[in-house]
Amino acid sequence: MASILAIIFGAIFVNNFVLSRFLGICPFLGVSKKVDTSIGMGMAVTFVMGLASLVTWLLEYYILQAYQLEYLRTIVFILVIAALVQFVELVIRKISPVLYQALGIFLPLITTNCAVLGVALLNVQLQYNLLESVVFGVAAALGFTLALVIMAGIRERLEMVPIPKYFRGVSLALIIAGILSIAFMGFQGMM
Amino acid sequence: MSLLKEVTKGIFKENPTFRLVLGTCPTLAVTTLAINGLGMGLSTAAVLIASNFVISLLRKFIPDKIRIPAYIVIIATFVTVVDMLLNAFTPELHSALGIFIPLIVVNCIILGRAEAFASKNPIVASIADGLGMGLGFTLSLTIMGAIREILAAGTIFGVSIMGAGYEPFQIFGSPAGGFLVYGLMMALVNMFFKKFRLE
Repeated sequence: MASILAIIFGAIFVNNFVLSRFLGICPFLGVSKKVDTSIGMGMAVTFVMGLASLVTWLLEYYILQAYQLEYLRTIVFILVIAALVQFVELVIRKISPVLYQALGIFLPLITTNCAVLGVALLNVQLQYNLLESVVFGVAAALGFTLALVIMAGIRERLEMVPIPKYFRGVSLALIIAGILSIAFMGFQGMM
Repeated sequence: MSLLKEVTKGIFKENPTFRLVLGTCPTLAVTTLAINGLGMGLSTAAVLIASNFVISLLRKFIPDKIRIPAYIVIIATFVTVVDMLLNAFTPELHSALGIFIPLIVVNCIILGRAEAFASKNPIVASIADGLGMGLGFTLSLTIMGAIREILAAGTIFGVSIMGAGYEPFQIFGSPAGGFLVYGLMMALVNMFFKKFRLE
């Protein structure tokens, strides 16, 4: 139980996926302009990353390692994630049109979110068991959501502020992310 | 002449790192040392040139509806090849780049060029485009790696250049330093393009 808590805390704060592992930077810079949309994106990513951790773990240990096919890992994982995202999109559209309205536009973007493939590969690298993998996937995605929401909150406030013209846009976003990353470094002492 | 233009646009005017802002994850993650930036850039360039070539070759055969999965399979194949080559010939670089080698698959530069260029253009032009984008990415990553390495350790490609009395800024070796250097360099590039009216 203690190790599960350590995984959750570590994935959300200490080794935050965006601010310390550099995974999922593209959506972090692209979808962090409004708090509402960043929450939607975060929910979609959390859902997909939990599911992807489960499915890729089963594939890794029951198919790839069982038949010594580890060299196919990259190809298999990315195809499974792409198929999974499509499948999730279809299911949500059928079951809950309301949720589809909220998540719909973000789902196709998730295939190329490197956090999803990253979490699948890290689960293998860190040799987590099935429960730990799923927990790590969900916690990492929550960390991603946290970073995204904080960033969106800051950017909403900056909308009306005069900014030197060369720093407008991505440049400023990166510098804010750097300062956030310094803040998150403070959690390292807690582990 | 136009081929040369395809190559130079990726290096300068449409530089993937600073102008198009693609492939940001590896840019930030591996540029703690100049050599890692160079290695990552060249690996990505190799995958990009190969995938642009094959996708351009197959552009009339891949049905429109399944083109994205088809591109991903092609890209993932080349990434696996590069992964194995790095592991065999430069194990040190392979372990330094870690999971960012398999993550070249989801580098948006590669899928982006496949979709925006290679799927619509003839083979030679696609190779030139891949070469230019790859070199632009390599150049940006190497420069950024060099800056961070000089600031954080006082060395460049492992060679000490700042003298014995140099106090390193360790923050630039940390993740926060990556964001800050990238953000400041992007502002510099913006200024350069605006000053010389290049856009």
